[in-house]
Amino acid sequence: MFDDFFNVVKLRFNGNQDETVPSFKCPRCQSTVPLERYEELHRVCPNCNYHGRLSAPDRIAMTADKDSFIEFDADMISCDPIDFPDYPRKQQELRDSTGLKDAVITGTANIRGIKTVLGVMDSRYMMASMGSVVGEKITRAFEYATEHNLPVIMFTASGGARMQEGIVSLMQMAKTSGAVKLHSDSGGLYITVLTDPTTGGVTASFASLGDIIIAEPKILIGFAGRRVIESTMKQRLPEDFQLAEFMQDKGFVDMIVERKKLRSTLANLLSMHGYGKEM
Amino acid sequence: MDNNKTAWERLAIVHTKGRPTIKDYIPLIFTDFYEMHGDRYFGDDHAIIGGIARLNDTPVTVIAQVKGRNINENKDCNFAMPLPEGYRKALRLAKQAEKFHRPVICFIDTPGAYAGMPAEERGQGEAIAKNIAEFMTLRTPIISIVLGEGGSGGALALGVCDELAMLENAQYSVVSPRGFASILWKDSSREQEACNIMQVTAEDMVRLGVAETIIEEPLGGAHNDLDKISENIKEYLSLKISEKCQKGLDELLKERYTKFRKIGEFIE
Repeated sequence: MFDDFFNVVKLRFNGNQDETVPSFKCPRCQSTVPLERYEELHRVCPNCNYHGRLSAPDRIAMTADKDSFIEFDADMISCDPIDFPDYPRKQQELRDSTGLKDAVITGTANIRGIKTVLGVMDSRYMMASMGSVVGEKITRAFEYATEHNLPVIMFTASGGARMQEGIVSLMQMAKTSGAVKLHSDSGGLYITVLTDPTTGGVTASFASLGDIIIAEPKILIGFAGRRVIESTMKQRLPEDFQLAEFMQDKGFVDMIVERKKLRSTLANLLSMHGYGKEM
Repeated sequence: MDNNKTAWERLAIVHTKGRPTIKDYIPLIFTDFYEMHGDRYFGDDHAIIGGIARLNDTPVTVIAQVKGRNINENKDCNFAMPLPEGYRKALRLAKQAEKFHRPVICFIDTPGAYAGMPAEERGQGEAIAKNIAEFMTLRTPIISIVLGEGGSGGALALGVCDELAMLENAQYSVVSPRGFASILWKDSSREQEACNIMQVTAEDMVRLGVAETIIEEPLGGAHNDLDKISENIKEYLSLKISEKCQKGLDELLKERYTKFRKIGEFIE
């Protein structure tokens, strides 16, 4: 439904058939917006408030203070723990096409001057599934935060565990959740920002463990996929099923925050938990 | 031990009618089992049973996924696919065990957590995540054993432990082979192929650092000699529980964290 991440169409001006302006066609309301305008709004549709998916670098740029982000483990790449056919080649292709090394970027950043550990998942890389690299980077990020008394903000997006790493990917759920627990026990604040889509093994681990769980509007949040559920239940599911508003209504999301208000909300929440004051 | 079987052949043994379930094992391994019901919030899930019992003379908490032995039992236990309230019951009982310094023994036997509307509405993801995080720092020894199938996060929710044992033919996997084929190849009929490449056997688990021990099954599978397999499980548990109970809790928790911390393969 919302798969058309790069759904960019060419808009022709009346009268001049050759001149074109790149534009974005909203998958929800079908309206067409100049691409430049859509990008200015950080990929939010001005007509229906559809929140499109953001790359991790774009998310970091709009969240962190300028030039404040310092990346952890920038060169970490995955191996092939269960010798899965074609997995190394597929990874190389994705590294080449996205410029990412795997599906998460972690580091420290300042948000309105308040230092935090920040992690952002990127759905362009194998649907941001969690394998060894995602698990290790997130675990290290929490361990760093625990050691340095820093808060953690995680922007989650994921199709779930990375099937191509078999049981090793399942164990990343335990590894990351363990690190979250130790950070929590040390008194650290952890804010999760659920973005489209947060599902499977990531929902069933660190994404659901935030002290505060924020979601962007109308994004997909769930454990099992819609297709799987429909085939088990043999019935159509309601349209709003597993959307952020549905999950908030069921008690699993603290607040739904529009993208344009996220940075100020995060800065405020950090400050209200005592971060950013001179130690 | 029979090392010449493929993963798929082992899965057939696990699916053999008459394979013992936790209900067969409890009276042969433990005495004085008192079942405790409910999560105290919503209800009592029959896909997970739990309670207190004695292992030899030691009081322990038992938490187990329940497979049915016939269609009626399977309807009652939802084919061993727990709902969130099942996981929350498990956590409640684990916390009770921690309070009274009882070791926890978890038996894993599930194709996966239930995937359906009621599970989503009641927070399947949150329930599993909470168990994983809380079990990691539970201040009492935890031993888990995979009896048959250990599928996905639904298994891991009872799988954060100090030591994991696999019955010889049991499997542990990121998702059931059927689900794997359906997700990766959009073709669930390629289940057999998936099963054989996923690396799901007991030997695979030991090699990948997920499990520590393989418990030998009678020739042909656990169903061929219930007394013998129960004895093997009991012997393993008796040894491990006394070993873990002698450890200081801080050391135990550190080792538990490290057990999972070191799993993963990457280059930097």
